[in-house]
Amino acid sequence: MTIGLSHYLTVAAILFTIGVFGIFVNRKNVIVILMSIELILLAVNINLVAFSAFLHDVAGQVFAMIVLTVAAAEAAVGLAILVTFFRNRGDIAVDDASMMKG
Amino acid sequence: MNPQLLVSVLVFAPLVGAVIAGLFGRRIGDVPSMAVTTGLLFLSCLLAWITFGHVLAGDWNFTTTIAPFIDVGAFKSAWSVRIDTLSGVMLIVVTTVSALVHLYSWGYMAEDDSKPRFFSYLSLFTFAMLALVTASDFMQLFFGWEGVGLASYLLIGFWFKKPAPPAAAIKAFVVNRVGDFGFALGIITTFWVFGSIRFADVFPQVAAHARQGWVFAGHSFYAVDLACALLFVGAMGKSAQFFLHTWLPDAMEGPTPVSALIHAATMVTAGVYMVCLLSPMFEYAPVAKGIVTGIGAITALFAATVGLAQNDIKRVIAYSTCSQLGYMFIAAGVGAYQASMFHLFTHAFFKGLLFLAAGSVITAMHHEQDMRTMGGLWKKIPITYAVMLIGTLAITGVGLPGLELGFAGFYSKDAIINAAFVASQHGNGVGAFGFVVGVVAAGLTSFYSWRLIFMTFHGRPKWAMPSHGHAGHGHGGHADDHASPAQIETHDEPLGDDHGHGPLNPHESPWVMLIPLLVLAAGSIAAGLIFDPQFIGEGRGEFWRSAIFNLGSPPLTEPARLPSWVVWSPLAVTAIGFFAAWWVYIRNEGMGARIAARQGPVWSFLYNKWWFDELYDATFVRLARVLGDLFWKEGDQKIIDELGPDGVSALSYDVGRRTGKLQTGYVYHYAFVMLAGVVALLSYALYFFSRTGR
Repeated sequence: MTIGLSHYLTVAAILFTIGVFGIFVNRKNVIVILMSIELILLAVNINLVAFSAFLHDVAGQVFAMIVLTVAAAEAAVGLAILVTFFRNRGDIAVDDASMMKG
Repeated sequence: MNPQLLVSVLVFAPLVGAVIAGLFGRRIGDVPSMAVTTGLLFLSCLLAWITFGHVLAGDWNFTTTIAPFIDVGAFKSAWSVRIDTLSGVMLIVVTTVSALVHLYSWGYMAEDDSKPRFFSYLSLFTFAMLALVTASDFMQLFFGWEGVGLASYLLIGFWFKKPAPPAAAIKAFVVNRVGDFGFALGIITTFWVFGSIRFADVFPQVAAHARQGWVFAGHSFYAVDLACALLFVGAMGKSAQFFLHTWLPDAMEGPTPVSALIHAATMVTAGVYMVCLLSPMFEYAPVAKGIVTGIGAITALFAATVGLAQNDIKRVIAYSTCSQLGYMFIAAGVGAYQASMFHLFTHAFFKGLLFLAAGSVITAMHHEQDMRTMGGLWKKIPITYAVMLIGTLAITGVGLPGLELGFAGFYSKDAIINAAFVASQHGNGVGAFGFVVGVVAAGLTSFYSWRLIFMTFHGRPKWAMPSHGHAGHGHGGHADDHASPAQIETHDEPLGDDHGHGPLNPHESPWVMLIPLLVLAAGSIAAGLIFDPQFIGEGRGEFWRSAIFNLGSPPLTEPARLPSWVVWSPLAVTAIGFFAAWWVYIRNEGMGARIAARQGPVWSFLYNKWWFDELYDATFVRLARVLGDLFWKEGDQKIIDELGPDGVSALSYDVGRRTGKLQTGYVYHYAFVMLAGVVALLSYALYFFSRTGR
C-alpha cells in the first residue's frame, strides 16, 4: 500500500479534531488548551507539507515554517500569560476563568 | 454743520455715550463715564433746541436716510431721521428731561456702586426714544418702541439684588408684550392695506382706502379702523392705559430718576405721540378714535381714584401719570391732537419735576417713601418744597380762565377739557364722557396732589419719633398692614447704608440735584404761557404745518367762545379738591389715617387699585401657570422626553442588558462560536464557489 495524499490529510483531520475537542471538552487546565492549539497548528502544517509535496511547490513548506515560528511565539506568550494568570488567581482551572460573563 | 449731519449727531450722541459707559465704564472709572454720558446728552439737548428753533422758523422739515434696514419686496424700511414739528417737540422734551435727569443722577446715585451701568442705560434709553420719535416708517418706530421697553426693563430692575425690582421689571416687560403684540398686528394690517410701512407712502393713501373693509354679521368693519385699534393696543401698553396699566405703579421699584425720565416724562408718552403722529390714519378711523377717548377717560378716572388712597409717594405720582396720560388720549381721541401734544409737553415738565422733587424728598428722608412717616418737612427742605409746590400747582392746572394766565398744566388740561366739550357739542358721545371724566378727574387730581403735599410737607412731623430707627422702618410700625405683596418692598431704595440709624435729620439735597429741579420748575411755570399760542392757539396752523392732520377743523376753540360754566368748572373742582384735602389732612389732621384704619369698602377698593392685580393674578397668571405646567409636565416630560432622549437611552440600555446575558465568559464557548462561524463561512464559500464554477 502506498502512502498517498489522502492518508496525510486523514491524519491531519484526525489531529485537528482531537485539538478542537481538546479545547471544548477540557474543563480543567488552560495548559491543555495551549497544547490543543499546538495540535491544530500541527494538523495544518501536515496539510501544508503534504500539498507541497503533492503539488511540487515549496510555497507550502515555507508556510509551514512560518506557522512553526508563530506557534513558538504563541506558546511563549501564552505560557507567560499563564504564569501571570496563575500568580494572580492561584490556579489555572478553565471553568473559574469567566470574568467576561455578562 | 448741515442739517442732516446735525440731526444724526443729535440722535446718535446718546448711543455713543451709552456704549462708552457701558462697555468701558469699569476701565475708565465712574466719574469719566458719568461725564461722557451727561456731556453727550447736553450736546444732544443743545442740538435739539437748535433743531426746534429751525422747525419753529419753518425752514427744517425733512427726512434724512442714514442706512437701509429691511428691504424685502414692498416691505422697505430705512434708518432715518424725520424732522417735523411733532418730532421737534418730542426731541426737546426727551433730550431736555434726559439731560436734567442725567445731571440729577450725579447726586441721587452718588452712593450707588454701579454708576456707569446706570448712566449707560439712561443714555441707551434716550437713544431708543430719539430713534422712536424720529422714525419715518413703522419699522423704526417699532425698533424705538422695543428699545425703550428694553431700557425700561433694565432700569426698573436696576437694583436686581432685591427681590421686588426684577419682578417689577418682568411684569413691565410682559405687560408690554401684550401691547406690542397688538402694535405688531397693527403694523401688519397697515402693510396689508397700504402695501407700505413708510409714513410718507401710507398717509396720502388713507383717504382712498378709508371705506375698505368687510361686512361681518351685518356690521361693516373698516380696515383702517382695525389697524388703528390694534396700533392703539400698543399705545395702551406703553402708555399704561386701563387694562394694561398694572406695570406702571410697580415700575416705581426703579431708581427715582428713572421714574422721572422714563415712567413720567418720555417713554410712557410714546403712545400719545404715536396716536398724534398717525393722525392721518386715526382721522379716518372713527371707531378707533372712540376707543381712544373711551379708554383714555376710563384711565384718567381710574388712576385718579386709586391715587387717592396710596401711601407711597412715588406710587401716588405714578397713578397721577397714568391719569394724565388718560387726559392726553381723551384729547387725541376727539381729534384735538394739538392739545394732546401740548399736554404731553407741559406734563413732561411738571411730572418730571414732581418725580425728581419726590426723589429729593426720599433722599432727605434717608430713602423712606411712605408718606405716613413724613410730615412737616417744608422747614427742613425749603427748596424742594417750593419746587414741589410749583409742580403741584402746575399739575392741578391752577390759573385764571378769564385772564388766560396760569401754570403750565392750566393751559393744556383746560384745552383738553374744552376740546372734549366742543366735541360733545358736535354729537360725539364719547367726547361728552371724556368731558365729564376730565372735570371729575381734575378734582381728584387736585385732591391727591394736595394730599401728597400736605402729608409730606405739612402737619405734625412723624419722622422725629425716636423709635424710628432702621427696625421701625418696616411694616409692623404702620397703622395698617399692606394689602398686596407688590406694595411691600417699595420703602427703601438701597442706595447707601445710612438707613435712618438713630434719629432722622432731613437735609436738603445737593445743588446738582436742585438745579434740574429749578429748571423744570421754571418750565412748569412758563411752558404753558409761552407755547400756548403755538400749540393750540392762533398760531397752531403755522406751528404744526403738515405734522398733524385733521379731517375738518380740530375741536379747539377760544375759551372765550365757550359757555363760562365749562371754562370755570375745572378751576372750581380743583378748588374743591384742594379744600377737601386741606380739610382731611390739615384742618382735621389724622382723619385720613382714621379713614384708612376703618378699612371701609370704598377705601379698600381704591387702596387695592380696584383689585386689578388680584384679578389678573386669578385669571391670566393662574391660567398661564396651569398651561405652563401642562406643557411642561405632560407635553415635555411625558411625551417628548419619554419618546425622545429618555426612551432611546432606556431602550439601548435594555437591549444591552439582554444581549449581555449571552456572554458566558468561558473561553471555550467563544472558541466554539468562532469555529462554528468559520465552518459556516467556509461551507457557504464552498457552496457559492461550486455553484458559480470558479
